[in-house]
Amino acid sequence: MEAVGSVLREYGCEQSLLSRPDGSATFLQGDTSVMAGVYGPAEIKVSREIHNKATLEVILRPKTGLPAIQEKNQEQLIRETCESVIIGSLHPRTSITIVLQIVSDAGSLLSCCLNAACMGLMDAGLPMRALFCGVTCAMDNDGTITLDPNFRQQKESRAVLTFAIESTERKVLMMSNRGVYSATELQQCIAAAQIASEKLFQFYRDFIRRRYSKS
Amino acid sequence: MSAVSIEDAVGQIVLPGDVLVLSTQSRDAPLSLSGPSTSNRPRVVCGPGLMRQEDDLLVNKCGLLRHRDPAIYWVDSQQKRYVPVKGDHVIGIVTTKSGDIFKVDVGGSEQASLSYLAFEGATKKNRPNVKVGDLVYGQFIVANKDMEPEMACIDSSGKANGKGVIGQDGLMLKVSLGLVRKLLIPQNDIVQELMNIFPMEVVIGMNGRIWVKAKTVQQTLIVANLLEACEYLTAEQRKHVFSKFSDNVI
Repeated sequence: MEAVGSVLREYGCEQSLLSRPDGSATFLQGDTSVMAGVYGPAEIKVSREIHNKATLEVILRPKTGLPAIQEKNQEQLIRETCESVIIGSLHPRTSITIVLQIVSDAGSLLSCCLNAACMGLMDAGLPMRALFCGVTCAMDNDGTITLDPNFRQQKESRAVLTFAIESTERKVLMMSNRGVYSATELQQCIAAAQIASEKLFQFYRDFIRRRYSKS
Repeated sequence: MSAVSIEDAVGQIVLPGDVLVLSTQSRDAPLSLSGPSTSNRPRVVCGPGLMRQEDDLLVNKCGLLRHRDPAIYWVDSQQKRYVPVKGDHVIGIVTTKSGDIFKVDVGGSEQASLSYLAFEGATKKNRPNVKVGDLVYGQFIVANKDMEPEMACIDSSGKANGKGVIGQDGLMLKVSLGLVRKLLIPQNDIVQELMNIFPMEVVIGMNGRIWVKAKTVQQTLIVANLLEACEYLTAEQRKHVFSKFSDNVI
């Protein structure tokens, strides 16, 4: 382990594993796993269509039971992140639906959902101005930052921050947080997340290269 | 890698957000009678997956960057959902008949409309015999993001040229858009090789739908399975598989 714990857990991905959706992907981070199905650009009800851009919908399905307030909140965060990178104006009056199924939750769930959504969107071939990835940071009482924490590290930490970072300028698209932290600690977390995002984007590129080399 | 020269990226993987810098060579100012032109914009054609971003190109899809002379660039991606493009030949399913137009499902985000007059020999008195559920092979005459797509089963001279309602029997299968493009490349002889083994009729739509009809139902199914299998076979593997069948039939 490095001093700041700036290592991500083992991560992996698979694309086009479902036959019915237009794009699908599953993303694994340690023991956390999320499956994404992307449908679009598809037909839409007249009441929900937007005349100059695509209507984006995100559905997050928990492992068991019905989606509750927490899931609805995360749905909204993911939707806003995706909306900022998808070029919806190229497919006006259509719907884009992203369904995320939690397969197992072992910490850093939101960042895993974001990564799965991005992989699913890429597989569906929807126009995007940049890629994005999710990185979760946990901070303990003595201020050490752990990237991509597991469930236990997340429970024991003082603050947990999740960032969505885009690929062109490493800007923060979305942030979700819990706990107390100072302004400098926030800056440290952003910096750590940006460094980690570099690795994830490199992984995305290698993954796509591997996939296209087969055909 | 976020900004690379477009020449270096040809044949390579590109991801959304990559910026492709056009070389100075293609930026040569066009000859102009009104003195030296102030704008030295490169003359480049952007295909699917590419957008202009000031003087450079922005990639918005992942896939392989392709190039064709003089300066046509596009991204070749593996996609399942079809987006209508003007001029594409597609196979549609008639879903409703309302007055003068048929609604046709082509697999896009919206149903295409098809006028009853857009068939060979059709007049106001002599309506074409099209029923709900029929398959039609037609061409897009209107397809853009802001309008309802419109199809026709005749060309500009009023000839069907192979288009129109597809016969009652036969089998329609859905395949990936990549396979359809592969089958339709002129120098690709998958279909020709298959025809040598099984005499058949085949219609290939750019929207990922293929209709086949061979002599018997059994042969039709074999052909359908072989076509589907072609997606991941190399030329040698394909020849090997096909040779097995040609021995059996003859």
